Amino acid sequence: MHLKPVPDPAPPLDDGRKASVAELERYATVLRINCVRMLAVAKSGHLDSSLSAADVVTALYYRVLRHDPRNPSWPERDRFVLCKGHAAPIQYAALAEHGYFPHQDLMGLRKIGSHLQGHPDMTRTPGVEVSTGSLGQGLSMCVGICLALRLDELDDNVQVFGVLSDGDIQEGETWEGVAAAAHFEVPNLTAVIDYNHLQTDGTTEEVMDTGDVRAKFEAFGWDAIEIDGHDMGAIVEALERSRTLRRPAAIVCQTKKGRGVSFMEGRFGFHGKPPSQEQAEQALEELETRYREQTDALGSDTPPPDSGPEIPAPADSTD
Amino acid sequence: MPEAKTEPIATRQAYGDALVELGERDENVVALDADLAVSTQSIKFGKKFPERFFNCGAAEAGMMSMACGLAATGKVPYASTFAVFATGRSYDQIRLGIAHNQLKVRIGASHGGVSLGEDGASHQMIEDIALMRVLPHMRVVVPADYNQAYRAVIESYERFEGPIYMRFGRPSTPIVYEEIPETLGSGTDVLREGKDISIIATGHMVWRALDAAETLAREDGVEAEVLNVVTVKPLDTDAVIESLAKTGVGVTAEEHRVAGGLADAVREAAAEQHPVPIFALGLGDEFGVSGTAEACMEHFNLTASGIIEQAREALLKKPIVSHPPIHGGHG
Repeated sequence: MHLKPVPDPAPPLDDGRKASVAELERYATVLRINCVRMLAVAKSGHLDSSLSAADVVTALYYRVLRHDPRNPSWPERDRFVLCKGHAAPIQYAALAEHGYFPHQDLMGLRKIGSHLQGHPDMTRTPGVEVSTGSLGQGLSMCVGICLALRLDELDDNVQVFGVLSDGDIQEGETWEGVAAAAHFEVPNLTAVIDYNHLQTDGTTEEVMDTGDVRAKFEAFGWDAIEIDGHDMGAIVEALERSRTLRRPAAIVCQTKKGRGVSFMEGRFGFHGKPPSQEQAEQALEELETRYREQTDALGSDTPPPDSGPEIPAPADSTD
Repeated sequence: MPEAKTEPIATRQAYGDALVELGERDENVVALDADLAVSTQSIKFGKKFPERFFNCGAAEAGMMSMACGLAATGKVPYASTFAVFATGRSYDQIRLGIAHNQLKVRIGASHGGVSLGEDGASHQMIEDIALMRVLPHMRVVVPADYNQAYRAVIESYERFEGPIYMRFGRPSTPIVYEEIPETLGSGTDVLREGKDISIIATGHMVWRALDAAETLAREDGVEAEVLNVVTVKPLDTDAVIESLAKTGVGVTAEEHRVAGGLADAVREAAAEQHPVPIFALGLGDEFGVSGTAEACMEHFNLTASGIIEQAREALLKKPIVSHPPIHGGHG
């Protein structure tokens, strides 16, 4: 196996420390709380798809990605591509928490005049590398980014992370990208598959079984592993390992849709449906309780996140 | 600029030749193809700059998304394949990844129209101009000959930050421009002046339009004005309306469906600004058929005589006075 040095992620925290697994778990709760509040106000969007990807997105933005919110176009930044663009709220929450744009912008999600579109839009939102939302395109876009980075001789240090959904795996174009990544031997691509087994019309097994996704990537010549997509320690280890490889790497994350909210977790029927006011309140109660528990467990010497669950409750969110 | 060509040659040859010049000029120029690099002539670039040439195999959708990723990371991608796959197969990828993002991607679509010939309906693309014309931000360019095609490719690098669709043809076609002309300025050239009728043509129909104008002058005593629309979108409506206002009647000619093509572009402008009869030569509600390039063109009446027929019909409908006087005044 070819290994390359792992560059320090920059900036992980203001004081230069790497976030611990326990801290990351609490950040994930913060992002989930953001998502629930955004969707309750927007009354539109994909909450359960955002929650299933929350742990992966947290690990990336708070620990693994080398990025600089003050300079979103830094040429040597790692690239994050949300191939499953319908999970935009989880990326928006992470971007806002890192200061890419003001926190209150989150409450404009999906509204006229807001830069936070229903799906990520590179022409409007700082920190969005390419526009996504049409499933299947994201991974090929990632391959294109990798090829450009190679020509700029940046592919040793700059990693491209794409987060894919079950729907992406069903799209034929994804496999064009998988083949191209192997053919062009891009050394700096990590595909994270948020395998939550639920889609709009039912379970993936019912609608169009995607089967052993890990084996499929491996058959195309990728490094491919499968992990519990809610085990923060395993996520961090897999992501950091992937950037040491000199070949494209797939991390198949077994996840649960709606993770973190008991009445949504792994349940069919929430895809693309915003929470009612009652559901949002119940979800927030659960998540805020978890946030307090996680904060207590971390002890008093750990600085709290900048904002935490402090987004003002929406005044107009009656459903 | 190289020396202008004088003998018949295909516009797709210009794509490959000009790409090499661009590759020499700027190392950020990259090219992609989908297993048709010899046909599209991108192979010339690929041989010269193999590290910047990406053959994606028969995977056009992936190619367009890769072009998006390359452009988003500072490269200037030229993505080529047959027009049918460059637009129909990968429409959604062009739509979101390239047009919506207003990226500097150039789509080099070869083998446009029925003059692709023997491969028949599955490969003869007759809706690409329409598909690309309705895409927000997309510029649509259809050169008339090799010399104009060469310059169009060079200017596609030099000008315009947004995306461009360029359509090239398979067969050798006669030279229209004796010099390599400035091309993407207004996007419309008056190649022959006349007062009786406007023949508005694009691509492979331009040299035929000039032939038709000669015949009309000789046999009918009709002075036809011939316009070459190389930029179908955005249409230079000033040039088109100026000609129609002068002649009072028009014929459009394109190797493409009339619906959504040059005909509709011209009629949209005229309907608002100067409504006059405009007859359209192109494909109706039908697909292509197999045959040699010229046989296919003849099958669909895409010839000089086809233009002449349309012109004679149109002239019968020409209003006696193209600017009706305002009634009710007593000077």
